This record gives sequence, structure tokens and C-alpha cells, in this order.
Amino acid sequence: MAIVKTESVGFSYESNRVLKDISFETREGEFLGIIGPNGSGKTTLLKIIDGIFAAQEGSVAINGTDIKKIKRHDVAKIIAVVPQDSPVTFSFTVQEVVLMGRAPHLGRLRFEEQSDFEIVRKAMTMTDILPFAARSINELSGGERQRVLIARALAQQPQVILLDESTAFLDIKHQIAFFDLMKNLNKTEKLTVITVTHDINLASFFCDRVMLLNNGIIHSIGTPDEVITAPNIKEVYETDVLVDCNPQNGLPRVTIGIHS
Amino acid sequence: MSHKIITLARVIKICGVLILLFIAMAIASVLIGPAKIGIIPGLKGFFFGWQEGYAALTPSEKTIIFSIRLPRVIFAGLVGASLSCAGVIFQALLRNPLADPFILGISGGSAVGAIIGIMLGLGSVPFGIPGLAFLGAVLTVILVFLIGKSSKELNSTTMLLAGVIVNAFFSAVIMFLISISSNADLHNIAFWLMGNLSMVNWTTIAFEGILLLFGFAIIYSYARPLNLIVIGEETAMQLGVNVERTKIVLFLVGSLITGLAVAFSGIIGFVGLVIPHIMRMLFGPDHRLLLPASLLFGASFLIATDTIARTLIPHSELPVGVITALLGAPYFIYLLRRRSA
Repeated sequence: MAIVKTESVGFSYESNRVLKDISFETREGEFLGIIGPNGSGKTTLLKIIDGIFAAQEGSVAINGTDIKKIKRHDVAKIIAVVPQDSPVTFSFTVQEVVLMGRAPHLGRLRFEEQSDFEIVRKAMTMTDILPFAARSINELSGGERQRVLIARALAQQPQVILLDESTAFLDIKHQIAFFDLMKNLNKTEKLTVITVTHDINLASFFCDRVMLLNNGIIHSIGTPDEVITAPNIKEVYETDVLVDCNPQNGLPRVTIGIHS
Repeated sequence: MSHKIITLARVIKICGVLILLFIAMAIASVLIGPAKIGIIPGLKGFFFGWQEGYAALTPSEKTIIFSIRLPRVIFAGLVGASLSCAGVIFQALLRNPLADPFILGISGGSAVGAIIGIMLGLGSVPFGIPGLAFLGAVLTVILVFLIGKSSKELNSTTMLLAGVIVNAFFSAVIMFLISISSNADLHNIAFWLMGNLSMVNWTTIAFEGILLLFGFAIIYSYARPLNLIVIGEETAMQLGVNVERTKIVLFLVGSLITGLAVAFSGIIGFVGLVIPHIMRMLFGPDHRLLLPASLLFGASFLIATDTIARTLIPHSELPVGVITALLGAPYFIYLLRRRSA
């Protein structure tokens, strides 16, 4: 069964139409990439999948249930989000922020138990932030803070993880480490990953399928081979690129800076 | 500055210490005043003096302890607790460290109500001035809510701006009323505006106490959602919080306990701003500890400052708001400096 399914979803900010007739489904354990130019509606689509925004047209179903009928904390048990960056006004420690990932499982009142601390410890180990667990989140660099948000999402123990340009501020080492981790959880724990990214090569390398959004509609969706082609990129991004075949894995590889 | 992770045991331990501090402060305050009551007979009288035929205290000493000082001390505790707790809520919901319980215009609205009451000579009518002050607070909150709700959801920034503007508007109304009021009323108005804990009786205390108890129970049940809202409203939603409901409930309960405190005591500034910060610096930003700690410490703080206000100058009484600011500001600066050092 599809874990996330949208049917003819449409959304507008006041008179500005952002998404139109978006229908797709993701099965459990899929790694889906969403690419497209600025303003093509990628982030809005993620927010609709998570129920932060309600679709004005069409519907979203999670595990076959309309998301409008699922309580907020039950959605948070299934779907976790790693945002781009989020500033924190008051100085929580790194560990406290990661512990917040347990909130949907603990409800409003229960205190964390030993098992929660273990889950959090594991998440911090996987994201390489254990050494500064006791430090204030405000003292960290942008990249370090981003890994804290990733750990928080892992501590939620979701079935689906939504990544919104989550690695934009990470160096190559942590960027690759993070996507390797996602791929690993995707393979071993059947974690479904939906990632919005501007890095087409990253999408090509890690994703099972890629969705190319353009002006709020799905331009094309399919395997990297089918979607990441020079004509598609030219049409949507209005940029000339060279798309060839990565000799190591046979996946499409995009090179910029080609002027014809 | 790092702090320990919150567990139930830690919350109970710290709150236990703060309750002891509160009790010690209350007893000390009851024994301090112009009429000297010795510590030993005073303490004995405090615990046994309510019994019929207890003779170690004179009847006038009994009256001073049980009818004058004790109600005032308890009332100071209730007001300090209400304002501190409301301060925590408003700082969290508005994600603004400068927020205090009066930021949404409650002070201006209730002041206009109280001043009208004073000018109409309602001082002798039971609940006349507090009633009008509370009405002013309620109407203001409703107004600010309606402005903040103008879009589909409750917008914190809009509410913050609306509160500032409403307060500015009411300041003009207050100035107008002051400029046309008589000299006799002026003194009362000035005292009300700077906060005053002397107008109290046991009925008021019971009323406020019960409502604060209920209010705090509701507030505390939202302690974890508050932690998440501080991080950001969208993040809180992603982590399973019904943000809209949390905001409406907490803004309303926070406004209610503030409005009640202000109605009977006037505008006591600084407590609701500075106590939450002091508690946050000492115990960290987790609301499961921050809320009860602020409640208890705010109570002790206002009891202490009110004791100073009524004893500093013999045969005279200072507005307690003067003392809260004079003591609170330097201590706050000291904590800020120590933290950045």
C-alpha cells in the first residue's frame, strides 16, 4: 500500500497558485527526490504531505487514511521533517532539542523514560553530535545545528522522513554521511525518504525515483534515468547542461557550464 | 550556560526547595512591620494563635497578624505567582524575551477601568474599582485577540503589535483622565498605577487562589507543547502539537490570571518580566520546571518586595512596583553579566 498518496492536490497563497493537480504515491521504503527550480512548489508540497498546510483541492492520504482525519500527534509519529534551519530563541541544550523528537510519543505530560534517552543517544551517535550533547544549541555552527535537527527527526522514529534542502548547509563529508545514513535506514528499516533538493546529482545517486516540478505541476516522475535528461533540464530550468552517464554506477550525471 | 536535563525528581526537588523558601519568606514577612512582635511569641502565635483563648499574644497583635499582615502576605504571593507565570507564557508564545504579562495591553485597559472607577468614587463600593479594572482588561484582551485573529490563524506578531498600539492608545486616555481629575483622586490613581497590595480581604484571596490553582493546572498541562512552540510554531506542528489550540488556551488563561491580579493590586511592573528570566538562567528553558519554579519564586519575590515597600519608610507606604524595579533590575543585570562572562 502507498504510505503517502496525493490526489489532484492544489494549493494557492491568496491569488498566487503554487500547486496544481499533484497526484503521486510513494510506497513504503522508497527514496523519492523532488527537484525543480525556485518557486516551483517543492517546499509547499512537503508541507501539504505533512499536513502543516491543508490542501485546498484534492486530498492527501497517509497509510490509506485522509490526513485531515489523523490527529496532529499521530501524524508526527509517522512523519518527521528536517527543515532547512530553525533559529532557537531560548538556549536549550542539544540533548534537549533531540529529546523533543520524542514528544509525539510522550504526549503533553509524560516525562522521558530510559528508553527515550537511549533512542536519543542512538540518534545523536548516528549524526555525530554526541560530543556536544550538553552544549547550548545557540553556540553551534549552522552545520552542527542542522545535524541536531536531523537527530531530532530520527528520534521521532518515523516511517516517513521529509527532507527540505536538509543538507544545504553541510560540508561534503557530512552531506554524504547524512545521505548514506538515510540510504542505510531506507534499506534496513524500510524508512521512506522524500527529499527536496537542488542538487540533481545527489538526487540521481540516492533516489529510487525523481519528481521534477515546474510551476506547480509535475513535469515528469520516474527513475533518475527517465527524468534527469538534458532536454528535461533545459525545458524546466532554462539552462544548458551536459547529462552523461556516471561510469561507476551508470546513473545520469549532470555537468553545468555547457554553452552550446 | 548548560543545565541538567529535566526529570520528575529534579522538578520535585527544586520546587520543594522553592516551597520552603516561600514559607520562610511568608512567615518572616508576617513578623516584620511597624508594630514589633517578637520572633518567638510571633512564631508561636502564628501557629497556635488562631485558637480561642490563646493568651500569649494581645488581641491587637492577633488582629495585626491574622487580619492585616497574613492576608496581605498571601495576596502578595498570589499576585507575584500569577504575574511570573503569565510572564513565562507570554515570553514563550510570542517567542520574545522582552514580553511580559502586560504586553498585550492588559495594563492599559485595566488602568483605564480603574481610573474611571476612582473618578466615579467607587472606592467604597465592594469590587467597584477591581471590577472595572478587570472589565477593562477583559475588553482589551478580546480586542487584541480579534485583531490577531484577522487572518485565518492567530498571528503572534500581529497580536504583539496590536498590544503595543492598544497600550499606547490607553496611555493617552490615561493621561487625559489624569489631567481632568481632582487632586484627591490623583493620589489614588498614582498609587494604583504603581501597584499596591493593601486593598485585600480573605474573599479576594480565596477567589484569586482558587482561580490561580485551576489556571495553573491548565497551564502546566501544556508545558511540553510550550517547549516546542518556543522552537517555532511550524516545528511544534511537525512534532505533533496542536499549535492553534495551545495558543488560544494559553493566551486566554494567561490573560485571565494577569487581569485578576491587576484588578486587585494595580500594575506591579517588572515581576512578570524578570522572574521568568532569572528562573530560566538558573534552571534552563524547559517549561516543566520553569513554570512551577517561576510561580513559586515569583510569590516569594513579591512577598519580600512588599515587605520592604511597607516598612522602608516609617508610617508611610511605598508602591510595591517601585521596589520590584529597584531590586529586580540590578539583579537581572548582574545575572546577564555573569552569564556572558
